[in-house]
Amino acid sequence: MTARARFILAVCILALLMTGPFVVTVGLVWLEAGEADRARLIDVVVPHLPLGALMTIMGFTAGMAVVRNLFRHYVRGLLRMDEHLKLMHGANREFRVKPEGPPEVQALAHAVNVLAQQRDELLQDVEAQIAQAKHSVEEEKNRLAALMSELTQSVVVCNLDGRILLYNHRARQQFRALSDTPAVAGGGELIGLGRSIYAVFERNLVNHALESIQHRLRRSAAQPVANFVTTTRAGQLLRAQMAPVLSVAQGEGDERAITGFILMLDNITRTFETESKRDQMLHTLTEGNRAALANVRAAAEMLEYPDLQEELRERFRTVIRDEVRGMSTRLDETANEFADSLKARWPLEEMLGADLIAAAQRRIENVVKLPTKLEEVDEALWVKVDSFSLLQALTYLASRLSDEFEVREVRFRLTPAAGRLVHLDLIWSGQAMSTETVMSWELEAMRFADEVSPLTVRDVIERHDGEMWLEREKVRHRAFFRILLPAAVPQEQLDEATILRGESRPEYYDFDLFNWSDRSRALDDRLLSELTYTVFDTETTGLNPSQGDEIIQIGATRIVNGKLLRQESFEQLVDPCRHLPPESVQIHGITQGMLKNQPTIEAVLPAFHAFTEDTVLIAHNAAFDMRFLQLKEEATGIRFDQPVLDTLLLSVVIHPNQESHRLEAIAERLNLPILGRHTALGDAIVTAEVFLKMIPLLAAMGIRTLRQAREAAEKSYYARVKY
Amino acid sequence: MAKKILIADDEQNIVISLEFLMKREGYEVSVANDGDEAARRIRAEKPDLVLLDVMMPKKSGFEVCQEVKSNPELQSVRILMLTAKGRDTEVAKGLALGADAYMTKPFSTKELVERVRSMLAER
Repeated sequence: MTARARFILAVCILALLMTGPFVVTVGLVWLEAGEADRARLIDVVVPHLPLGALMTIMGFTAGMAVVRNLFRHYVRGLLRMDEHLKLMHGANREFRVKPEGPPEVQALAHAVNVLAQQRDELLQDVEAQIAQAKHSVEEEKNRLAALMSELTQSVVVCNLDGRILLYNHRARQQFRALSDTPAVAGGGELIGLGRSIYAVFERNLVNHALESIQHRLRRSAAQPVANFVTTTRAGQLLRAQMAPVLSVAQGEGDERAITGFILMLDNITRTFETESKRDQMLHTLTEGNRAALANVRAAAEMLEYPDLQEELRERFRTVIRDEVRGMSTRLDETANEFADSLKARWPLEEMLGADLIAAAQRRIENVVKLPTKLEEVDEALWVKVDSFSLLQALTYLASRLSDEFEVREVRFRLTPAAGRLVHLDLIWSGQAMSTETVMSWELEAMRFADEVSPLTVRDVIERHDGEMWLEREKVRHRAFFRILLPAAVPQEQLDEATILRGESRPEYYDFDLFNWSDRSRALDDRLLSELTYTVFDTETTGLNPSQGDEIIQIGATRIVNGKLLRQESFEQLVDPCRHLPPESVQIHGITQGMLKNQPTIEAVLPAFHAFTEDTVLIAHNAAFDMRFLQLKEEATGIRFDQPVLDTLLLSVVIHPNQESHRLEAIAERLNLPILGRHTALGDAIVTAEVFLKMIPLLAAMGIRTLRQAREAAEKSYYARVKY
Repeated sequence: MAKKILIADDEQNIVISLEFLMKREGYEVSVANDGDEAARRIRAEKPDLVLLDVMMPKKSGFEVCQEVKSNPELQSVRILMLTAKGRDTEVAKGLALGADAYMTKPFSTKELVERVRSMLAER
């Protein structure tokens, strides 16, 4: 019964109560009275009837007013409060009931508000605790990621399916060296979150290592790790140490299950080469000389026989001469050939020469308070040094120059020298000094204000298998120490582009992948939110692939576990082997000159294909890009047969009534800033961001799996075609 | 009757010394310059002892040794292997294939002579 119906009922009852007793009393009197009494009754009552009726009506009106008033305050008021409470409990937590109406209702409102306040405080407390816990987990993750990225050893963490959950910068560099096509994909097709480690290592090898770890765990070995050495497809030699990632034990004595593994990788190709070279040298020097020595020794011993005929004696002498000459030659050859391996055994690090000089400058300026300058530094030179002791030596020499000859400034020069050596010069100008004085410093233990080194400069130089001498530039009244140091083969420099690309710390880890499993479901029934995608875009010479238009740039990025991995991207210019129409240059800004010396599509597609392995492809207006790829299938033998999603069609699914489904328009609708449009990678990133925003919108429409998304897109495609 | 010794080595510079040495000891000496020739001469001449170099063209000393030891007619031929490789594994292989003794180059000629003498006296 509604409140209104109850009100009407109450009024009716009131009316009955006010008139009922009078009418009943009159009825009873009427029935009991006789004929005469009735007439007298009429005479007495009727003249007063209007007054009675008036008084009854007035009484009724007053009664109704009271009921109405009560109703308004107690029923309506409580109903209103109920609505407010619902609001408080649902949509607007901040809302409070305004105390109004009679004191009882006001007291109730107060009590409710106090309860609400209490609830809010509890909620806030819980939220704060959750936030704090999240924050500390995040912090720990970041600390781990930071630690990993600074490690000089390469580390890769995988789940049991061999999917990569975490890797560091070093690993990325190392995988670049393992790539078949380092120039194109840069190893990005091998390492990436969610990618399979089995692209690099044989599955059996990894399984074998895991098994042996399991054995060790069961035997409670102190270190349940396994080591293996393997060659990669690109012919590199890798030493891997594998350690298990164990689940947290549930109870006492529970066996902790392996949930993944950590690989620490060393590329030992170079070390191995050096070592085998050293072995080879040892071998040549020992075994290679046995036969010759035997000949000499036998001949020499024959010469001792007194009964030897002169002719025979001469023959034995010839043998000795020949063999000894042969051995000398062999010795020289070996020494030359293995000169590098014979270098000092002190562990030297390879570093960029310019970095060494910069460090020396800083140290001399700080310790000796002597200004320094650069004379000529070859930026491309790498040196093999023990940087700590070498910097000490340079600082020591500078301090002696400053203390004893009042030198005001030293300069550095770094130039290449013959025979894989480098000249490091410490130059100064000032009064003349004798060579003996200066060179005697070399033999004294190095002393500084607050430290004494057990080494002399000579020791340091010898440690590098180097030399040092004094030279004079008479014309300019200058002199310099020239230090001869071993040069190193240039190393790959840290790729600054990859560091600068992401504004935050790169997303090199994703522990949610621990819960992944390959075999759980077929791709089609997997949720859109948990698939791995390659989002890509191409720039082309024109719009008609069938009429000879070609791809000139491919850009792609990856989405793993609902996260856009900006630094796991693919960006490559492609030589189209044809003329570039000038009108297309205005669109993509790529000129003919930029395409010179770039790889052709035949070289790029295999790398791109590897990059897209095991992922779903996404592109905006995918049909266009796919057409270009498909036309190359025959020539390259590479098929892109993964599932494909089109953000244009998905946009039609979500907003069927919008006019424009251009990428810019969609991005604007979804409130995404657009940066770097019309480079392939820039567009791919925008497309990826658009897709990520679409996932929840699609889910709201009941489209959750890949199959559902494809079917919806197909429908919208036909709908569009109809128009 | 003088004992017969075959010197099998492709290096002339050692053959000169060995030949002189053995002749001086009063043995009857013949020389083979490669593995094939050595095997042929052993079959034909049945020497009492062979100074057999391991590294020879055409046929290695190991092969010759194996061939000789598997031929019952040549049971009486003693083999002293000479090698320019110092690895223990090689010594073990030579002895396993039936060589009676093994000497690693460079060796002392005096020791070699004594060794030859004692090997021939064993019979």
